Amino acid sequence: MSYLEFLSTYGELLAGGTLMTLAQFVLAALVAVAAAIVSGLMRLAPFKLVRGIATVYIELFRGTSLLVQLYWVFFALPLFGVSLHKFAAGFLTVGLCFGAYGAELVRGAVVSVPKGQWEAALALNMSPARRMWRIILPQALVIMLPPWGNLMVEILKGTALVALISVTDLMFEARQINSATYLSAQAFGTALIVYYIFARFMVTPMMRWLERIMARRIGRA
Amino acid sequence: MTNDMSQYPLRLEGEDAPMIRFQDVTKRYDDLTVLDRLNLDVAAGEMVTIIGPSGSGKTTVLRVLMTLERIDGGVIYVDGEPLTHMEKDGRLVQANAAHLRRMRGKIGMCFQHFNLFPHMTALGNCMEGPVQVLGLSKKEAEERALELLDMVGMAEKRDEHPSRLSGGQQQRVAIARALAMRPTVMLFDEVTSALDPEVISEVTNVIRALSEQHQLTMLMVTHQMGFAKEISDRVVFFFDGSIEEQGTPDKLFDCPEKERTQQFLSAVLEAT
Ligand SMILES: Nc1ncnc2c1ncn2[C@@H]1O[C@H](COP(=O)(O)OP(=O)(O)O)[C@@H](O)[C@H]1O
Ligand SMILES: [Mg+2]
Repeated sequence: MSYLEFLSTYGELLAGGTLMTLAQFVLAALVAVAAAIVSGLMRLAPFKLVRGIATVYIELFRGTSLLVQLYWVFFALPLFGVSLHKFAAGFLTVGLCFGAYGAELVRGAVVSVPKGQWEAALALNMSPARRMWRIILPQALVIMLPPWGNLMVEILKGTALVALISVTDLMFEARQINSATYLSAQAFGTALIVYYIFARFMVTPMMRWLERIMARRIGRA
Repeated sequence: MTNDMSQYPLRLEGEDAPMIRFQDVTKRYDDLTVLDRLNLDVAAGEMVTIIGPSGSGKTTVLRVLMTLERIDGGVIYVDGEPLTHMEKDGRLVQANAAHLRRMRGKIGMCFQHFNLFPHMTALGNCMEGPVQVLGLSKKEAEERALELLDMVGMAEKRDEHPSRLSGGQQQRVAIARALAMRPTVMLFDEVTSALDPEVISEVTNVIRALSEQHQLTMLMVTHQMGFAKEISDRVVFFFDGSIEEQGTPDKLFDCPEKERTQQFLSAVLEAT
């Protein structure tokens, strides 16, 4: 079977899987960004309890394997009465896992905004929330965008694991085709190429574009 | 640290009440006492300049007044009311966040390194406080900001980000930004120290105009003795966390009484 024949036979399946991977990635990325901002800021809170909760979350998700986390959420949580559809379990777990890594990027960027910015905002009598939201976070965003670019690629690659809880993503379809046909090179080769193209020609350029936009907004371009 | 606050009045009343009063103000960093029972009054509309050696606590005076730092003893009053404290059941207690926010609105500050918001234009910097804090409409805030940018000679650069402005230009925008909040008291902490010599006058001209045209009470820290002498109503010489000597500029610069003042002034004059 030529590769073209392979594609014309299984292309539709693989395309469907690719769409699923894309959906998982976009949703996981959103969850990761939200979780990172919330827990990264919680780590800077003046209250010990708030910082503690964030630390537990970050330690838990960074210190254990994503695959184990997926199994936990999908197979073990239902035993405690929390049943998630596999689609939601997939992107939520991937998002929370990488959000724990992102939290450190958020925290680090926020504390690296010069102290004078906090003070100028306080001298204008801005409330703590406004200082953070209007003055500090926009500047922290510029600082943390480059490392977020790497993290986004990790999130994309991480979504491949949702196949193991039967989310019908690209990896799932490739595995299905492989076990039905033993065309391992074609099946996994195609998956390899698609992941690479996504990472190299979509995620990375988009993050670079964001970096440029933000740099311009801060007057550095 | 327990303070007996009962010795301090709940508020300052009467015609001759100062705009700013430091009463026994002590500030420590760990076991370093930076301000040592400081007493200083500034009258409404007065322009007071603080001079003194590096590390003597000049910046700290402005920072505790701006509520950027807490004090460890004494009380600061602004406009008759306690700033660092508030009245509760007829006694002075530590000010809470709401009290600080209300009082802070009376005070504006300009910093040595400008601290403009880099992600906003000159105009945006000047509109931020009025819109976000005072609740002005965008239109009102823009009018106010443009008027002030015009006053500091920066109207043409309204749409530039700080990174595209020179130090002198940034400092002028920073002054406009502070004035846009309509403070009663303005603090200037070595606002020309980070500037190239040839642009210093851009900034001092603005401050001079302010002192001539406005009813602002101003407290300024500077190393520019000539400017201090020309513009101040009173000059305060700081040494090691307290006031060594103060007086009119003529008296302090031309016939200082204390030996430390004389030493400091001759050292400064030699350097320039
Ligand atoms: N955040 C801080 N922590 C510890 N020490 C400080 C801090 N800020 C200032 N100091 C110390 O307080 C003293 C007075 O500082 P400052 O008010 O900045 O002096 P000046 O403005 O007269 O040069 C200095 O000895 C300085 O090192
Ligand atoms: Mg200083």
